[in-house]
Amino acid sequence: MFEEDSENEVEDEDEEEEEEEDDFVDMGMDAEASGTHPKHDEEDFPFQVLTADEIVKHMVDCIKEVNTVVQIPATITRILLTHFKWDKEKLMECYFTEDQDKLFSDAHVVSPFRKSFTPAAAAQAASSSEIMCEICFLMIPPTELTGLECGHRFCWQCWREYLTTKIIDEGMGQTISCAAHGCDILVDDQTVMYLVTDPKVKLKYQQLITNSFVECNRLLRWCPRPDCGHVVKAQYYDCKPVKCKCTHIFCFACGENWHDPALCRLLRRWIKKCDDDSETSNWIAANTKECPKCHATIEKDGGCNHMVCKRCKLDFCWVCLGDWEPHGSSWYNCNRFDEEGAKKARDAQEKSRHALQRYLFYCNRYMNHMQSLKFENKLYASVRVKMEEMQHHNMSWIEVQFLKKAVDVLCQCRQTLMYTYVFAFYLHRNNQSIIFEENQKDLENATEQLSEYLERDITSDMLVDIKQKVQDKYRYCESRRKVLLDHVHEGYEKELWEYQDGN
Amino acid sequence: MASMEKRLQKELQALQRDPPVGVKVDTDKLTSNLSEWTVNLTGAPGTLYEGENFVLHFKFGSRYPFDSPQVIFGGANIPVHPHVYSNGHICLSILTEDWSPALSVQSVCLSIVSMLSSCKEKKRPPDNAIYVKTCSKNPKKTRWWYHDDQV
Ligand SMILES: [Zn+2]
Ligand SMILES: [Zn+2]
Ligand SMILES: [Zn+2]
Ligand SMILES: [Zn+2]
Repeated sequence: MFEEDSENEVEDEDEEEEEEEDDFVDMGMDAEASGTHPKHDEEDFPFQVLTADEIVKHMVDCIKEVNTVVQIPATITRILLTHFKWDKEKLMECYFTEDQDKLFSDAHVVSPFRKSFTPAAAAQAASSSEIMCEICFLMIPPTELTGLECGHRFCWQCWREYLTTKIIDEGMGQTISCAAHGCDILVDDQTVMYLVTDPKVKLKYQQLITNSFVECNRLLRWCPRPDCGHVVKAQYYDCKPVKCKCTHIFCFACGENWHDPALCRLLRRWIKKCDDDSETSNWIAANTKECPKCHATIEKDGGCNHMVCKRCKLDFCWVCLGDWEPHGSSWYNCNRFDEEGAKKARDAQEKSRHALQRYLFYCNRYMNHMQSLKFENKLYASVRVKMEEMQHHNMSWIEVQFLKKAVDVLCQCRQTLMYTYVFAFYLHRNNQSIIFEENQKDLENATEQLSEYLERDITSDMLVDIKQKVQDKYRYCESRRKVLLDHVHEGYEKELWEYQDGN
Repeated sequence: MASMEKRLQKELQALQRDPPVGVKVDTDKLTSNLSEWTVNLTGAPGTLYEGENFVLHFKFGSRYPFDSPQVIFGGANIPVHPHVYSNGHICLSILTEDWSPALSVQSVCLSIVSMLSSCKEKKRPPDNAIYVKTCSKNPKKTRWWYHDDQV
């Protein structure tokens, strides 16, 4: 049977992810893993940041540690450890309690306790006449043939070619097996480093080995920032924020930007959805709508959601298609896709558009905060200028630090708000979700006000006054943010959240 | 001479000197650098394909034998078999995932003959229609699911 290309591949990925999670549970490393959800960033989560060299050292230390208890060659230990996803305890437990021959064969390695040569290979090696290499079909002196413990022997040149193809063309490292047909014995790292001579191929192999060590090790994660090359090493697996040496902060569980209050799983789905939809014609279709009154086709050309139909002059909200009147003067008041109020108008539009609009509603807000966060550096720079100005007006360095703190809080709140829209998109309506939406609205309003304060010009005579106001505002934002997150976390603990399917 | 050509030269010599039953290289159709071969197969006696003649086309890349050859049935008679599509593509794991440089034209031909010989009912793969409509010309670009080797 063949596999259909596009669609099935997608499903495949999902399956792989699930498999991965199942495997983790099987490994018995962390019983709570399946219920991993974001936790408060203030809680203690011990971790270290390692450089590339330190990762290699860590890998070697793991092997040494196992070898103090299990006396087998280090190359075999590495293959066994990879088989157990670098869970030392699990390896030692199986090593001492289960059938060792089965353990070695499951890990695709010849037991080191078996004789190192098969009689046939030994006989071949003993005879002095030339033997045919079964890859190049040339007659080769026996001393120039080599192989693994499985006894399959090929000439050096063929081994080199074979390994180079696997490493460079197929990107394989730890999983390269013997070149003989049907032989699943894995080529160990020492053999590869010995047979391969090209330094470029060697380097690539070492990178592949290190990468698979990090990728299959649950307590390690690459910093996702391009070209960073650091690895975060945690003591246990959890959905928690970690900060790399390069200053990037990300979720240890999934590697995305820290996304509290959204679940890793739903964030992944959301990102995929955003990627897919932006390319489809649906997106374009969604950017034109019909006026709810006269049905003229309207194209949105600005950022504001307050629409005026050019033909019938109806004022309405782009997002919910409801009357503009109750929205007031601030667009962010439409932070709730009120299913009651604007229902009638929306029903008139195609049904398929509804789902799309709902998505666009959440997507717009998500993107808006993301966009604002991108100007973070600009904001810090402009605040720095203000802080200097203030110091010329008899305020001390200490006294003006509140402004930097205010930007810190603003960015934190925007980041949280951004991910509240991911959380809300998949949320099924219930009493708790209504409380959540209220909290979201409060935080959204407070954050926009704080943002406004920071953009306003500051004159010397209002310095003291503005300091008090900004401090009050960011403290309020901080407390609203905490209230919102605490409520979501509590909901996770008590299993109060229900999710929508099919999005 | 490239290593691919050297090895194919040796394979050709061996196949002509000592051809396995039911396998014959059509030397008239060999290309000058040996990168394309045509092999005639005959269904083994006592099997569903007894007396039938088939044509296999081989294409070798410059990385052969480290890279697997492209192998498809051609000609007028494509065997009706649960692992052979009507366009000649073959679902056989040694042609992609399980390829080893120690395999050869001879071992591929023998695997295909044995695949035909063990067949109990002449029929096309269940997904033949859709596959033939949507597949790439090169069967190596298909992601195959290998079900069972028993059929
Ligand atoms: Zn050789
Ligand atoms: Zn072997
Ligand atoms: Zn980093
Ligand atoms: Zn995450």
